[in-house]
Amino acid sequence: MSIDIETARRVAKLARIAVPESDLPALANEFSAILGFIEQLNEVNVEGIEPMTSVTPQRLKRREDVVTDGNQAAAVLKNAPDAREGFFAVPKVVE
Amino acid sequence: MSELSKLTIAAARDALKKGEITSVELTESCLAEIEKADALGAFVHKTPDIALAQAKAADARKDGGDLNGIPLGIKDLFCTKGVASQAASRILEGFKPEYESTVTSQLFADGAVMLGKLNMDEFAMGSSNETSVYGNAVNPWSVDGRKLTPGGSSGGSAAAVAADLCLGATGTDTGGSIRQPAAFTGITGIKPTYGRVSRWGIVAFDSSLDQAGPMTKDVRDAAIMLRAMSGHDPKDSTSADLPVPDFEAALTGDIRGKTIGIPKEYRMDGMPAAISKLWDDGTAMLKDAGAKIVDISLPHTKYALPAYYVIGPAEASSNLARYDGVRFGRRAKIDAGDGITEMYEKTRAEGFGPEVQRRVMIGTYVLSAGFYDAYYNRARKVRALIKRDFETVFGDGVDAILTPATPSSAFELGSMTDADPVQMYLNDVFTVTTNLAGLPGIAVPVGLDKDGLPLGLQLIGRPWEEADLLNTAYALEQAAQFVAKPDRWW
Repeated sequence: MSIDIETARRVAKLARIAVPESDLPALANEFSAILGFIEQLNEVNVEGIEPMTSVTPQRLKRREDVVTDGNQAAAVLKNAPDAREGFFAVPKVVE
Repeated sequence: MSELSKLTIAAARDALKKGEITSVELTESCLAEIEKADALGAFVHKTPDIALAQAKAADARKDGGDLNGIPLGIKDLFCTKGVASQAASRILEGFKPEYESTVTSQLFADGAVMLGKLNMDEFAMGSSNETSVYGNAVNPWSVDGRKLTPGGSSGGSAAAVAADLCLGATGTDTGGSIRQPAAFTGITGIKPTYGRVSRWGIVAFDSSLDQAGPMTKDVRDAAIMLRAMSGHDPKDSTSADLPVPDFEAALTGDIRGKTIGIPKEYRMDGMPAAISKLWDDGTAMLKDAGAKIVDISLPHTKYALPAYYVIGPAEASSNLARYDGVRFGRRAKIDAGDGITEMYEKTRAEGFGPEVQRRVMIGTYVLSAGFYDAYYNRARKVRALIKRDFETVFGDGVDAILTPATPSSAFELGSMTDADPVQMYLNDVFTVTTNLAGLPGIAVPVGLDKDGLPLGLQLIGRPWEEADLLNTAYALEQAAQFVAKPDRWW
């Protein structure tokens, strides 16, 4: 399957990665090469096969639905590029 | 005392217990070697103050574990409290976790000493350590003065252990990232069964494939270190609540009566003669040790890499969505009038290198509306078939499977720059199947190629039977007698 420039642009947008217009053709080519490689999977008969969801059949551990942690606002915010008054700060979201 | 860094973990442990050496002496020896080895690019954040404090505490401790006072290197993918943990990515520049990963917590509880953080491919995506924001890690093994890759993604860990900068190191393995670099540098590396080691506090790449494991100078050290890293962790819902055996106690070297499978699908077209011969030699060694050799078939092998390159990027695109310039790491400078979307897009464009961007976008594509069934669900079904291949041969009585670890010896840094990305992905052709099936796999150095570079073989074991697998690896190690070391050029 060949990926066109429009698809590459759309995927970059969905992935929230700014890709300059001039880089899109090369990116589309790389995607095409990788997807071409992946296409081999179409040779496999997967009729009636359940998708694998876990490596070993085990029920995920349950625990009581209780608070086990908290009151760590300062630690949580410590690595934020911009934190103010106990909040993460971001550019304006609504006009 | 500069020779101390060359000790194995087992030898250092025994000497420490007898009081022949102190952890401070051992740690100072490693720190001195690290200072002389910047050309290897292995240690990217050095922590000598932490190391010496931990060494002093270890020397004062009376009841330490096997790793008490043992100096280790930690892959940059592990979050270490108050110490830069960047996954070798620009997007995590300046990130110092407020918490400690479960693996490093357990190592420290056992008494281990952290020398610093080790180089790797960015977010563990790569097979040559060339995608790191820190620059390349370099293989201590060299031919004609050429700089070779130590492999990847755990390239810094492999280089550091092979060059005797530390006694052992942590690695992580998603498609071969412990075993391929171990093979390229002549050391031992084991990826345990998925769920054996907690993933909590390790920067997530592909959550259903990632496992941490030790990279060490020999099989005994791998057994010692794996025991300290393993165990159930309530903070990782996929970690297994199973007892952790004393892996070292299993090392008898007696494999008489064991059945070793040789999978025909791993004999790839165009396999170099040196790899083919190494594999035959290893087979003969196990046979001589008393194992029964059987030919087996794992029919879906050729579909493992394509399935991996759907499932891997899909999970990576989800996991890496968190790097948005809001909660941690680096935020791009934005222009007047830019909103939050532009902030995300610029931050991720600046912060992620080309390979990471490529995989995030491939993942985004295969998960997007209309393609999810065609790519992602199909790959998960193929994954189930790959796992079934292994279950069938284990059901037929095979105890372990012997394969090459890599399709070649270490290649020159920069030699793959102009290649198609798929060419680099082929490095994982022998190792990726065990990640998909969740099985334990170990790489053991077995011989040298005509240029004098190390080559390794891989043994694949039954789930949760790392003890038996390590013992088979130990028998192979004893037969191979691999003692070569790189000539020092750094």
